[in-house]
Amino acid sequence: MGIETKQDQVVVKSLWGDAWRTLRRNRAAMTGALLMAIILLAVTVGPWLSQYAYDFTDWPNTSIGPSLGTGHFFGTDTLGRDLFVRTLYGGRISLLVGVVASVVSLLIGISYGATAGYFGGRLDAIMMRFVDILYAMPFMFFVILLMVFFGRNILMIFLAIGAINWLDMARIVRGQTLSLKQREFVEAAQAQGVGALAILVRHIVPNLLGVVAIYITLTIPQVILVESFLSFLGLGVQEPMTSWGALVKEGSEEMETAPWMLLFPAFLLATTLFCFNFIGDGMRDALDPKDRQ
Amino acid sequence: MRIKKGHRLKLLLVAVALILGACSGNDDSVGMAGSLMVGGVNGDELAEAQVMRRGNGAEPQSLDPHRAEGVPSGNIQRDLFEGLTIEAPNGDVIPGVAESWRISEDGRIYVFQLRANARWSNGGPVTAHDFVYSFRRSLDPETLSRYTFILAPILNAEAVASGTMPPAELGVRALDDHRLEITLRSVTPYFLGVLNHSASYPVHRGSVEAHGNRWTRPGNLVSNGAYLLVERFPESHIKIVRNPYYWDNDSTVIDEVWYYPTEDSASELRRYRAGELELTSTVPSKQIGWAQENLPDQLVIAPYLGTYYYGINLTKPPFADSPALRRALTLAIDREIITEEIAGAGQIPAFGWVPPVINYTGQQMPEAAWTQAEREEEARRLYLEAGYSDEDPLRLEVLYNTLEDHRRIAVGIASMWKSILGVETSLLNQEWRVFLDTKRKKDEMNVYTETEVFRGGWIGDYNDAFTFSELMHSGSGLNDSGYINPDYDLLLELASKEGDLKKRAEYLQEAEIILLKDLPIIPLYFYVSTYMVKPWVKGLTTNIMNHHYSKNLQILSH
Amino acid sequence: MLNYFVRRILGIIPTLFVLMALAFFLIRLAPGGPFDSEKVLLPEIEANLRAAYHLDEPLYQQFARYLGNLLQGDFGPSFQYRDLTVTELIMTGFPISLRLGAGAMVFAVIFGVLAGSVAALWQNSRTDYFVMVISMTGISVPSFVMAPLLVLVFAVYLGWLPAGGLGGGSLRNMVLPVVALALPQIAYIARLTRGSLIEILRSNFIRTAKAQGLPMGKILLVHALKPALLPVVSYLGPATAAIITGSVVIEQIFGIPGLGRFFVQGALNRDYTLVMGIVVFYGVLIVVFNFLVDLAYAWLDPKVRYG
Repeated sequence: MGIETKQDQVVVKSLWGDAWRTLRRNRAAMTGALLMAIILLAVTVGPWLSQYAYDFTDWPNTSIGPSLGTGHFFGTDTLGRDLFVRTLYGGRISLLVGVVASVVSLLIGISYGATAGYFGGRLDAIMMRFVDILYAMPFMFFVILLMVFFGRNILMIFLAIGAINWLDMARIVRGQTLSLKQREFVEAAQAQGVGALAILVRHIVPNLLGVVAIYITLTIPQVILVESFLSFLGLGVQEPMTSWGALVKEGSEEMETAPWMLLFPAFLLATTLFCFNFIGDGMRDALDPKDRQ
Repeated sequence: MRIKKGHRLKLLLVAVALILGACSGNDDSVGMAGSLMVGGVNGDELAEAQVMRRGNGAEPQSLDPHRAEGVPSGNIQRDLFEGLTIEAPNGDVIPGVAESWRISEDGRIYVFQLRANARWSNGGPVTAHDFVYSFRRSLDPETLSRYTFILAPILNAEAVASGTMPPAELGVRALDDHRLEITLRSVTPYFLGVLNHSASYPVHRGSVEAHGNRWTRPGNLVSNGAYLLVERFPESHIKIVRNPYYWDNDSTVIDEVWYYPTEDSASELRRYRAGELELTSTVPSKQIGWAQENLPDQLVIAPYLGTYYYGINLTKPPFADSPALRRALTLAIDREIITEEIAGAGQIPAFGWVPPVINYTGQQMPEAAWTQAEREEEARRLYLEAGYSDEDPLRLEVLYNTLEDHRRIAVGIASMWKSILGVETSLLNQEWRVFLDTKRKKDEMNVYTETEVFRGGWIGDYNDAFTFSELMHSGSGLNDSGYINPDYDLLLELASKEGDLKKRAEYLQEAEIILLKDLPIIPLYFYVSTYMVKPWVKGLTTNIMNHHYSKNLQILSH
Repeated sequence: MLNYFVRRILGIIPTLFVLMALAFFLIRLAPGGPFDSEKVLLPEIEANLRAAYHLDEPLYQQFARYLGNLLQGDFGPSFQYRDLTVTELIMTGFPISLRLGAGAMVFAVIFGVLAGSVAALWQNSRTDYFVMVISMTGISVPSFVMAPLLVLVFAVYLGWLPAGGLGGGSLRNMVLPVVALALPQIAYIARLTRGSLIEILRSNFIRTAKAQGLPMGKILLVHALKPALLPVVSYLGPATAAIITGSVVIEQIFGIPGLGRFFVQGALNRDYTLVMGIVVFYGVLIVVFNFLVDLAYAWLDPKVRYG
């Protein structure tokens, strides 16, 4: 079994090595990654650069434009709160929602899809039938219902969004698992009497990482958008915390009178979505065997 | 195969052409007309088309006056139906279907003389029997009305509404076809004002009985007001046109009124600016500054019969038995900031409970005369006295329902409490129905379990102090603070039996002073109504109820 | 083939059952009832109201009653729009949502495929980057920013188009909502088209065709586009879902009386029957649409057989 595992790792390693080389040549993806790193750094350490707390209301300075003199680098909102700090805090929330909800959907999706694909047969048929049923649900409507009824809990947002997205993941993973199952190293492990769970964890899942990586970079921006959609309906995070979606929503109501309220958060939101999409596309080009010639 | 493909491409091209064509074919009506003279040379020349398009906030729940609730349906009802009394443009109560009335010495019996020429929109006469039928129907529990309480002054109304007495026992009877007698439980100075509320409107018996639940549809709905219903498209529009049989039809100018539901007030304003509405239901508070700068002559701001306040839960710690703490929180709020920076429409900072209504002088907390700095100092003193400090701050939760202005006010107040007193406030935003549910949840000991401080707003049902005083009565279903003070209750009962207006006002004022000493609520400001109206709409007068009958309006040429 | 049809159609039944049960019990779990309002109701009237809408029965009985009525095509009375039934509301709202959604879909497919093809043909050129950046902007700017922006520019400032409303069903009133709804989808479709067209253009059979000297336009239209559209077609299912969801925002901003607007109003007001009705209705629609997409897919890709 040891020998096969090693071979397996070699295969995986060289695949990632190749992918990395391809990815590095992709200018759009690399620019995206660089920008993303800058944004991440900014939302992490940025708030310390300002003298204002995210919930401080500067009454003499409500709705003022960006200025270095007042220390409000991005201006203030209608309550005099510093937009620089709030935009960065909002970024933390949006990115957190994006990543956590994607990971939730990933975990459910992988375990579900890999189980169905690996065991196949009756179980597979039933499990996939269930996915089909869920596909027919107007899911966004259920999310709205959940948010309306059970409040603006950030955990609820993670769960609600994560619960929608796992369906795609389950389907993709199942397909991949079906083909991986036929591969020699899996058959060899089976012949040696390794348990199903061990095979899944050691052989199947590691080989799914490529697909998963592409998928997650493309899911995060979608989730961030869904969060902003919920914010539009007034169902986002609780005040005084904020998110890019909530900020953009507030800003969009002031686009004529205080455009900075829209521009800064919208720019960061759009840039982040851009970056994730470019990185995702780049990773797909790099990792998808069809494209590599 | 190939031919098919060609077809598909052609189809797509046709679709593109259609869409592009749709984009370009629009030279006829540009939104805002150029700066023409409004009203011609004399300033009162009427426009040819007398069509009024009004933003109306929301889709009315029902067009049945006895089932309707809320401001949007009220606006439409006033155009469709007419009660015994109506309001003049300035809000005064004037004769409606009743052309005159006599009130007995003791103020309990009203006899109304109905107009001989009052007609339904199908031409039939409006008689005293129609009113008897309608008042009974309005109170009958089978009708499922929510506004039975407003008719409570009528003799036996409450018993009829709760089903313990048959509707025939109600104190309303027809003396003949055109004379109606209403007997009251006790003297009620504001009773004539109740008669223009939709719960008092007459409904057409024939149409209700023939069509059942479907009687409110266009074609079935027979009404007696200046207009009649011709079209209803839910969440799009309600179209009404002039009722040719209306007794005062000759004075009506507007031929057609379109009511648009406009839940999103920012969209409503954009539609107004694009020339699609003559009158809006409101102006988003954040756009008021913009409107003052750019369209000052089209923006109207007028006092409105309502108080914005925060309720305090008195049934459990930390606020039970802690008047000092309640006063500290009340004084620490800078109301000028709220009315000027946050709500932003010149609302009146409130240190009392009853807004400016007729026949009443509102009372204020003594601290109203102080400067804000003095109030804040006193607030800090009281806060320490209540046993809190920077090391051991008060932690509390403010509950409010989802709405942009509520959110901003809550954030502002939390920030004031923090900077003045050091209170750590967490904000809980809930959607309306959940909010109501949370606010009213209590255990078997009558303790409200969920709330500490909650947002409240009360719009009066009629122009009288009592509609506000009543709210804080220990038996009121709306007293979500759990406030109980026997002295307060007693004064209200004395007032409700008092025929002398001056004495009655004194009782209510004394009650208000007690309320402001106990502070089960934190008054914040008195409402204003805000709306945009085109310069060519004539006849719009502000009034405290914010009621504007379309029949009093005119469109000038422009 | 027939067998396949029958199986698919039978498969719809459990799907719809789960859907209805989920919606039915979820909305009844919600705090706050349909008759709550600021004004407290007299207990007698509240009891009458509950009886009138059968809310006084045990839950399972209510569910059974609902299913029974539904089988007869009756969605029940609306709690919020008290003068109307849910069936009537769906019948007035759906044609409008359909027009909006179908318009957006056609618009998105045409411009998406066009933009994607242009980008693919001039891969890695400035044109490519330009087209892709523009279409990415479509994804990255939320529709609740794009829609008011469009209204401000085209309705308020320029006065070319109406700012909202139905306008008696006029096409002019549909332009801005359709564009605002389609923009994000254009971007997705453009990316899909670009990706798959690039792949196909690199493939052997296109190279052969090129080597034979066939004109590029012909190669593109006759040979390349059809297989390149496969991923686009399979995206149409998710796109429909996205457009239905998006219409909630668009209908709100433009004051269009479609199902999305009814749904949000219904959810906020605990209009049990209206929410149920719309969920069930859209559930059926999505199932049917997925079925049609599968058929289209089978037609485009001969490799797929009715398995």
